[in-house]
Amino acid sequence: MYDLKALYEATSVENACALRIEHPEAQIVAGGTDVFVQMREGKRAGKELISIQTLDELRGVTIDADENIRIGSMTSFSHITRDPIIQQYLGVLGEAVDMVGGPQIRNAGTIGGNTCNGVTSADSASTLHAYEAIIELTGVHGRRYLPIKDFYIKAGTVDIRADEGEIQTAILIPKTSYDNTKGFYIKYAMRNAMDIATTGCSVNCRLSPDKSTFERVRIAYGVAGPVPMRAPSAEQAANGMPVTQETVDAFAKAVLQDIHPRDSWRASKAFREHIAVELARRCLTESVKRCGGEINGTV
Amino acid sequence: MSIVGRSEVRVDAFDKATGRTKYYDDLAPKDALLVRVMHATIAHGYVRSVDTSAALQIPGVVKIITCFDVPDIPFPTAGHPWSMDPSHQDVADRLLLNRHVRYYGDDICAVIAEHEVAAAQAIRAIRVEYEELPFVLDVQKAMEDGAPQLHEKYKNNILNHTSIRNGDYAAASQEEGLIRVEGWYETPTVQHCHIENHGCFCYEENGRLVVTSSTQIPHIVRRVVGQALGRPWGDIRVIKPYIGGGFGDKQDALYEPLCAFCCTQVGGRAVKLDCSREETFVSCRVRHAIRSHIISYLRPDGTFAARKLECFSNQGAYASHGHGVVAKGMGAFPQQYPCPNVECDCYTVFTNKPAAGAMRGYGIPQAMWANESHIDECAKAVGMDPMAFRSKNLMPVGFTDGFSKNVNYFDTYNQCMQKGAAFIDYENKRRAYANQTGPVRRGIGLAAFWYNTAVFPISLETSSNRMQLNLDGTVTMQCGETEIGQGADTAYAQMTAEVLGLKSYRDVHVVSCQDTDITPTGLGAYASRQTYVAGFSIRQTGLLLKEKILKYAQEITRQAPYNMDIEDGNIVRMTDGKVLMSLSELAMTAQYNPVHSEHITAESTYTIRNNAYSFGCTFAEVEVDIPLCKVKLLNIINVHDCGKLINPALAEAQVHGGMSMGIGYGLSEQLLFDEKTGRPLNNNLLDYKLSTFMDHPDLEAEFVENAEPTSAFGTKALGEPPACSPAPAIRNAIYHATGVAFRQAPITPHILFAGFKEAGLIRD
Repeated sequence: MYDLKALYEATSVENACALRIEHPEAQIVAGGTDVFVQMREGKRAGKELISIQTLDELRGVTIDADENIRIGSMTSFSHITRDPIIQQYLGVLGEAVDMVGGPQIRNAGTIGGNTCNGVTSADSASTLHAYEAIIELTGVHGRRYLPIKDFYIKAGTVDIRADEGEIQTAILIPKTSYDNTKGFYIKYAMRNAMDIATTGCSVNCRLSPDKSTFERVRIAYGVAGPVPMRAPSAEQAANGMPVTQETVDAFAKAVLQDIHPRDSWRASKAFREHIAVELARRCLTESVKRCGGEINGTV
Repeated sequence: MSIVGRSEVRVDAFDKATGRTKYYDDLAPKDALLVRVMHATIAHGYVRSVDTSAALQIPGVVKIITCFDVPDIPFPTAGHPWSMDPSHQDVADRLLLNRHVRYYGDDICAVIAEHEVAAAQAIRAIRVEYEELPFVLDVQKAMEDGAPQLHEKYKNNILNHTSIRNGDYAAASQEEGLIRVEGWYETPTVQHCHIENHGCFCYEENGRLVVTSSTQIPHIVRRVVGQALGRPWGDIRVIKPYIGGGFGDKQDALYEPLCAFCCTQVGGRAVKLDCSREETFVSCRVRHAIRSHIISYLRPDGTFAARKLECFSNQGAYASHGHGVVAKGMGAFPQQYPCPNVECDCYTVFTNKPAAGAMRGYGIPQAMWANESHIDECAKAVGMDPMAFRSKNLMPVGFTDGFSKNVNYFDTYNQCMQKGAAFIDYENKRRAYANQTGPVRRGIGLAAFWYNTAVFPISLETSSNRMQLNLDGTVTMQCGETEIGQGADTAYAQMTAEVLGLKSYRDVHVVSCQDTDITPTGLGAYASRQTYVAGFSIRQTGLLLKEKILKYAQEITRQAPYNMDIEDGNIVRMTDGKVLMSLSELAMTAQYNPVHSEHITAESTYTIRNNAYSFGCTFAEVEVDIPLCKVKLLNIINVHDCGKLINPALAEAQVHGGMSMGIGYGLSEQLLFDEKTGRPLNNNLLDYKLSTFMDHPDLEAEFVENAEPTSAFGTKALGEPPACSPAPAIRNAIYHATGVAFRQAPITPHILFAGFKEAGLIRD
């Protein structure tokens, strides 16, 4: 039994936008794996909900006319993991969302919900940041596109304009970001399932044709700050540099210039920083291997 | 062919696997009102006032009981047998609701409502004014002069302090050439995490209160509800249906007294109280966190000259099982590794934390963490292999404990260690993993454990049993030793069928549900006593029933009872093996005999005045990723000597469950509290890191079957022992891999980070 005032079921995206204007206080619910937990805890007790659960038009992964990978916001984690397009071009995202909760949560939870929550620990978020994802928002006045780093405003808050009836409808990965790259994600948590990341690190890289140079490296973290974040100093330390252990080490150490984790009962700042550096090193090393490269002669 | 000793399918397997089994919540009347408890949001102080006016306006709220409305009758909650000696009775320090708040989460109000939304809204609407007092969470700080006092009667918060003095520790430690090994060992507050949270419902019937509860101890709960409400015990009827585990948490009266009281406040209407998982962590019971200090004086040959132990047990806010837990752990110390000169002291101390009660192992997992960690440090100090050191020092064959009269009849420890070592390839790996230097290192470790079955001679051990021969030749059996998920009913069915000579354990109908109006009085499930203790009354009652059956058979068959027996469900003349009649024919004839009708039943009580050691060990192999501060458990095996196995498959399952609990204890589980407010931080299954099967390797369970001579079926404790040694075995494997002596459980990545930094294995 949930303490909710009303539940409005959207019949289309257009209808969902209209419902948002009609019920400005209402909370959007997608998979429900967070919203209903919060309601049970009394955090959203007595609130109205707008469900977009039945909007199948928001489900699925496609490649659009501009060769962007388009992930519908209602696509579940388990769908993403098993999707052939994801497996071919963006395997690391499929692996990352396969670490969310347990199987039931992954069947119900959606990538849209994962990002709209605005939480730093979301398993999809660091990989989406590292691939410079574009968020598609649809409102009563049409569509709006935002780089993911601008979508996140602060912990728990994202740029969705309720007064324009907006809902998130898709996440796009530009071809320039995913083309010819391989990535690796490590979720560092206190157990191997049913957990939230203490720190999550997602790296991807593109090597020169002879595999000797990092043409382009991207790294992003969850739980290294209040929102998911890239580590530009680290990227700079690796971009254009030779594929060597020195580069990998410099890249990993440079992370500390960018991240600012905090002390909490869950983990100390010193511990999170130590782990963040080690994860950067391991994620880049694994990404190089997946690109078919070698570091200092070791495959 | 013997029915005992076979891996039979559980009697309740089909219903449990198909979801048909009825638990308390399935049985509650549909119109039951809901009781929801309001918990204090301060760690220590007094409730000055409660304003319920707004809450009472909420539609669906029926009544609100506050801490000012309950009777002033302090009652005990521990699931111990009643003692006729007042000085041995449990501490009565509970009220139904408390004005004196002693921990963050203490019960201060109860809302009775038509549905859970109204109850939740009411709790948010109740206004409480507190007078706050300073609080204390640390067990040794609570003992200091001037520390906040929780209970008036207990100065310095010390609930109890007991000691052991053997020989002369002070003099013996002066011997020349001794090596001193000293350490402080710490275990965490953990919770049982049984899959079914506690809950109960109560209604009034003909002036009596009928309580159906998720409990391990229905007969004891009847007594406690009577005590708490100030009513004759016979006014209370307690029913225990199937329950989803307990692990000792439900070896306490939990919310049954409050639920029963609420029922009386709404005219006897049915009321139901369900604990949420968050409440279960804080407001039921937890395992005592125990800090132990051990000093050993060793001779270079690896023998002990003198040993000293001090234990500080964190009781939390209320006495519950109290001092018995740490006292049991202390009792193991001079027995497990006998040494002529021993000095032990243990203290149980109140703090402003959730009340600690019984939990699987009852002080022994804490004691084994300290002692078995320390033993590896002793072995290292004298340059001996840890297994060889144990073999040299563990309790020898023939050892007799003066208090319990327990005898170590067999070379169990060595037999178990040899089996474990062979499985895990101990010697080769021990050598192979010496002197590693890389970032990822492997290690192998072991820990032995001491345990004894049941509670004799500290408390009463008794078991009662009733059997009835049914008209189809099957037998219905009832006892007070409860099925709580461990498989007791199946073991009972096998034992009953065995004694009576039935064809199959399926010919025994064990009445799983205990009802204090019907079930022979018993004490419930605890202390790993079920098969051992119930076994005595099953054999005794079975023999009585058999005697009655054969006596009636004599009337029909004209054969002498001593020439007859029951085999495969038939009355057989033993002199020539002739089948005289089936049990069904006998039962039908007896029941419908127009001249001498008899329904054949037997009932008896057996008072058990024995106890039995139950020993074993764990071997663990780990891989430690030093830079990532992660431990991967690669292999783990438990080896147990619990006597003869009644049902090997169930025994193995029991061991697997205990190992899982031990893995969490060693590596991840810990209930945390905010130092500034005393608030629990992680009382949910996300933040409290119960290990998942993704955190387990395959769990290996093996047995050494030395038939226990004192036992009715050669069996002894297996319920709790599996949880006693995995944690220190894992710890010792990490010690072997890295050389770092971690002494605080659980060994989380945070603990590893601090330890590796201190040891110079991690540098910035």
